[in-house]
Amino acid sequence: MTPPAPEAARANHSARLETVSKLFGSFAALRQVSVDLEPGRCYVLIGENGAGKSTLLRILAGLLRPSHGHVRVFGDQQPHQVRERIGYMSHAPMLYDELTAQENLRYFAALYPGRECLSPVEVLRQVGLDPELSRPLGQYSQGMRQRTSLARVLMPVPELLLLDEPFSNMDVESAHQMVELLARFRQGNRTIVITTHQRELAAPIADWVLALHAGRVKSFEPGSPTL
Amino acid sequence: MPRALWTHLVKDLRIEWRSLDAIISMLFFSGLVVVLFSIAFDPRGSFSQQIAGGVLCVATMFASVSALNQAWAREIRHRVLDAQRMVPAAGSELFLAKVIANFLFVTIVQVILAPFFFIFYNLHVAGNGWLLALVLPLGTWALVGNGIFFAALSISSRNRELLLSLILFPIFIPALLAMVQSTTSILTGDSDPTLWIKMLAGYDIIFTTASLLLFDVIFHAE
Repeated sequence: MTPPAPEAARANHSARLETVSKLFGSFAALRQVSVDLEPGRCYVLIGENGAGKSTLLRILAGLLRPSHGHVRVFGDQQPHQVRERIGYMSHAPMLYDELTAQENLRYFAALYPGRECLSPVEVLRQVGLDPELSRPLGQYSQGMRQRTSLARVLMPVPELLLLDEPFSNMDVESAHQMVELLARFRQGNRTIVITTHQRELAAPIADWVLALHAGRVKSFEPGSPTL
Repeated sequence: MPRALWTHLVKDLRIEWRSLDAIISMLFFSGLVVVLFSIAFDPRGSFSQQIAGGVLCVATMFASVSALNQAWAREIRHRVLDAQRMVPAAGSELFLAKVIANFLFVTIVQVILAPFFFIFYNLHVAGNGWLLALVLPLGTWALVGNGIFFAALSISSRNRELLLSLILFPIFIPALLAMVQSTTSILTGDSDPTLWIKMLAGYDIIFTTASLLLFDVIFHAE
């Protein structure tokens, strides 16, 4: 567990969890987790199934509220107050099967009034997809859906990017391309949090590796990023 | 119309246009109800004028429920609802767009069904027929507005389809009563339907306002 940040550094963190616990009935998915996430860093969350990785991400996204403890993002705000500044990609695509990739992205871009989003064509090219594909998303392969899903979260250029198992259903080459894209994205002083079972794929951008076990922080160690 | 509301509405209409899932299932179901009732009751004579309003409303109600049960299915699949919850646009606009879209779907079904209904039940309108153009939309809005709201409320329930019917039907009873009574009054010309139409309009205003105010709470519930 990381020690709480000094008072002066608080304003400079992307996210801060203070003794956060999350209960689902009598089951504790997270227990007393305290972590500070700094801007411009990539954090890789590892741990077995049920360790609490996805729950932690959903709490950071504001989709879940902690049962105990506090979560603050971008200074002193709660995640649900600044949703437009947070990007969350789940292991499900979070897109409509009946629409094409470009239609899906245009739809979501229109729901961010006042925020300058990347154009759907540009962001689809960035993730390595042909923006002119006229097939509905339901006819895409799992890997292509995953890329479209990544395009959706990158489009509003979030300052805190939360990716839940982004490499699942992806071949190694595509995963490397995604890591390079994320490395470029991080250079804009943006924070990335990735949960994965494939630690080696995320290693090139992992500034810190956080291991969870049974809802507790087991270790929090610096990584050795190469990108 | 607010931009987000328009965006949601266009999306729902585009998806339905490509699949026609809701409209076809509603047409089939309501057509079946109308035919079955015409077999169960002798559709000739004045009796058909008395029951026709009820049959039309019940057919609309049951047919709508088949669509309302699926109203949030596309948002639940692949967790699209989480993506919706992450955008800064108000949840109430998503709700209103869904209500408008489903209202249009049910209206299309009613327009297609109406001629068959008049033929099967050998109907002629004795009262002010144009009032049907007021009663049916008001009743449909009451049904769809509540249906979309309670379908969202029961999203996380395992038996959500059963739950929707259990919650929706009792709450819809005042609107159903007003819809049936006013339709029957218009068809038979026996009484003035004005009071029932006012009641239907009041019901719509109250429940739509309450749903809009409460929707964000249930939309962002865990």
